[in-house]
Amino acid sequence: MNGAASGRASASRGASRAKGRALTEGQRAERRLGLWLCAPAAIIMVVVTGWPIVYSVLLSLQRYDLRFPEDKAWIGLSNYATVLSSEVWWNAFWVTLLITVVSVAIELVLGMLLAFAMYRAIVGRGLIRTVVLIPYGIVTVAAAYGWKYAWTPGTGWLAGLLPGGSAPLTERGPAIAIIILAEVWKTTPFMALLLMAGLAVVPEELLRAASVDGASLWQRFTRVTLPLMKPAILVALLFRTLDAFRIFDNIYVLTNGSQGTGSVSISAYHNLIGGLNLGIGSTMSVLILVTVAIIAVVFILGFGTAAPGSER
Amino acid sequence: MAEIVLDHITKRYADGTVAVDDFDVRIADHEFVILVGPSGCGKSTTLNMIAGLEDITEGELRVDGRRMNEKAPRDRDMAMVFQSYALYPHMTVRENIAFPLKLAKMGREETQERVERAAGLLDLAPYLDRKPAALSGGQRQRVAMGRAIVRDPKAFLMDEPLSNLDAKLRVQMRTSISRLQKSLGTTTVYVTHDQTEAMTLGDRIVIMRAGLIQQIGPPQELYDHPRNLFVAGFIGSPSMNVVPARLEEGLLRTPIGDIPLRGRLGRAAEGPDVPRDVIAGIRPESFEDASLVHDAEEGGTFTGTVDLLESMGPEKLAYFTLDTGAVRSEHLSEAGGEEAGEECRLVAQLDPKSGARRGQPVRLWYDTQAVHLFHPKTGENLTER
Ligand SMILES: Nc1ncnc2c1ncn2[C@@H]1O[C@H](COP(=O)(O)OP(=O)(O)OP(=O)(O)O)[C@@H](O)[C@H]1O
Ligand SMILES: [Mg+2]
Repeated sequence: MNGAASGRASASRGASRAKGRALTEGQRAERRLGLWLCAPAAIIMVVVTGWPIVYSVLLSLQRYDLRFPEDKAWIGLSNYATVLSSEVWWNAFWVTLLITVVSVAIELVLGMLLAFAMYRAIVGRGLIRTVVLIPYGIVTVAAAYGWKYAWTPGTGWLAGLLPGGSAPLTERGPAIAIIILAEVWKTTPFMALLLMAGLAVVPEELLRAASVDGASLWQRFTRVTLPLMKPAILVALLFRTLDAFRIFDNIYVLTNGSQGTGSVSISAYHNLIGGLNLGIGSTMSVLILVTVAIIAVVFILGFGTAAPGSER
Repeated sequence: MAEIVLDHITKRYADGTVAVDDFDVRIADHEFVILVGPSGCGKSTTLNMIAGLEDITEGELRVDGRRMNEKAPRDRDMAMVFQSYALYPHMTVRENIAFPLKLAKMGREETQERVERAAGLLDLAPYLDRKPAALSGGQRQRVAMGRAIVRDPKAFLMDEPLSNLDAKLRVQMRTSISRLQKSLGTTTVYVTHDQTEAMTLGDRIVIMRAGLIQQIGPPQELYDHPRNLFVAGFIGSPSMNVVPARLEEGLLRTPIGDIPLRGRLGRAAEGPDVPRDVIAGIRPESFEDASLVHDAEEGGTFTGTVDLLESMGPEKLAYFTLDTGAVRSEHLSEAGGEEAGEECRLVAQLDPKSGARRGQPVRLWYDTQAVHLFHPKTGENLTER
């Protein structure tokens, strides 16, 4: 493929020396075709995501509470001041951050183990892969209800294992732990899949070379496998961090944000849909968007030096 | 530096494939041994068993008298060079070469010194801070060599280390590997399917076919005294000519003339269970232009029309077609000589002064005592038993 491509490139370079005009014409046509081919996807993106984003930004700049529609007015950034000085928002923010960091960290470790199991298993590989992927195939809300009932005293088998009278979902710490557990259970398979793709790009021969060079299993993992998997790990972490930061359904079902367990998405939802306060709700949504964008930028800057051979 | 003994080693893979069958070789300290054979004959498997990358099914591997079967690769203190070089792409050349030392927890200063020494030996000094991706094929190969020599291992194991290089570079690297091994004196096992590499590099060659050792010996011995048709066809370039032949009273009838059964041919013909129809083999260099041979008595002559003439400089190769069917044998097809056509072809290596011309008949002399006779079924060399 490479050879063919470079062959074509050098052929066209030769042609361009001969008659430059005809070729730039051709290049322009190719570019135009490319734009046409991207257009449908780009237009759909703009319509279904771009406009709502712009609309939320516009809403966030207004006082707009559906309970008092006549008070609607442009108020600049004062919604932001309100949200950013609100203790409720910052509580939700730190809870979200805690859930994100802890669950992604656990998922990374578990996902790596599962990826190894799926990749290296000699017997029953198909069975292992299927079993690992089951949680990922279950609708989050359904699974969340499963967890909720399991932890409800009286009906739940997990609650039954606890000392009598404890209702973990009604206490802040245990509730957050259960939210993290549900999140980890649900999305570790996804992490494992992405990491397994990364494992597959590590050439077997390098690991053999490392073992002859004197590396133990652990050294082969840390000195060869991990560095070569770094891009895959970063992709997996990026996906999962962005996802986890927007956590909603598990919390909605398990605690609905009571006892200070709400995430930023839950807060935005309560203000927007429950409170009918479009201005404040939209402001929170915009802040979530900004945070997610910052996370993405940080990761992408990390990619720059991660690709093997990209730095001299 | 060590003596490596492969004591009746067999490798059976999980699916039942017997890749190596009863491999029994004693590799002396400082020795350079070549494993050679066609693709799939079990060379890499044998090397990997020595390195510890494959389990040994049966038999015992001993290094300096100590059993190694159960030892992990890292405890065997051997260095390996892979066909793909297996350089760590995320490390610089320096880090690649230093990797085994780092794992061995060698001090910073000594590491530095050894890496510099290895790099100097292999002309790698200017590239030490580059990543492998920014090196040419030959430079990568040298880095792989550097990583092997840097820690003074008990043995070098090399699996077709030159097969990804172009022809000229391969010849260059061949000589430098040979020189390096001689100066370091490290026991070396070298896998190749290239008979030229095998002939030029090794102290001893082990020829394998389908997991079985065919013959072990110094290059010249394998060349002069091939034990069977497979070895005869594998060693030597161009490969040995084979023609159908028939043993009659005191005479060997061949398409290139009748040969009296005297000397070793006579002894071969008298051996037990020798069939009438045999295969005769004669090397291209056993021929000469008859007009350049003074004493043409001892030997046979044969006149043929030159199909094709190749001037190689120090010699000429003349190709002939004999009016008889080509020899068909399973022992030859795997040896990887020229593809067998319908007709029986013959190559003669002549002196450049020869007047042979394409399309013209030429009278050839050949050394009848250099003829080998092979059993058509077993492929056994009847003249060497
Ligand atoms: N993991 C395996 N499972 C089953 N059979 C295998 C395995 N690895 C190799 N073999 C078989 O063992 C035989 C020897 O393989 P090996 O790689 O040693 O050949 P080789 O002599 O190195 O060939 P080449 O010159 O092509 O590298 C082959 O027939 C191969 O198909
Ligand atoms: Mg091989």
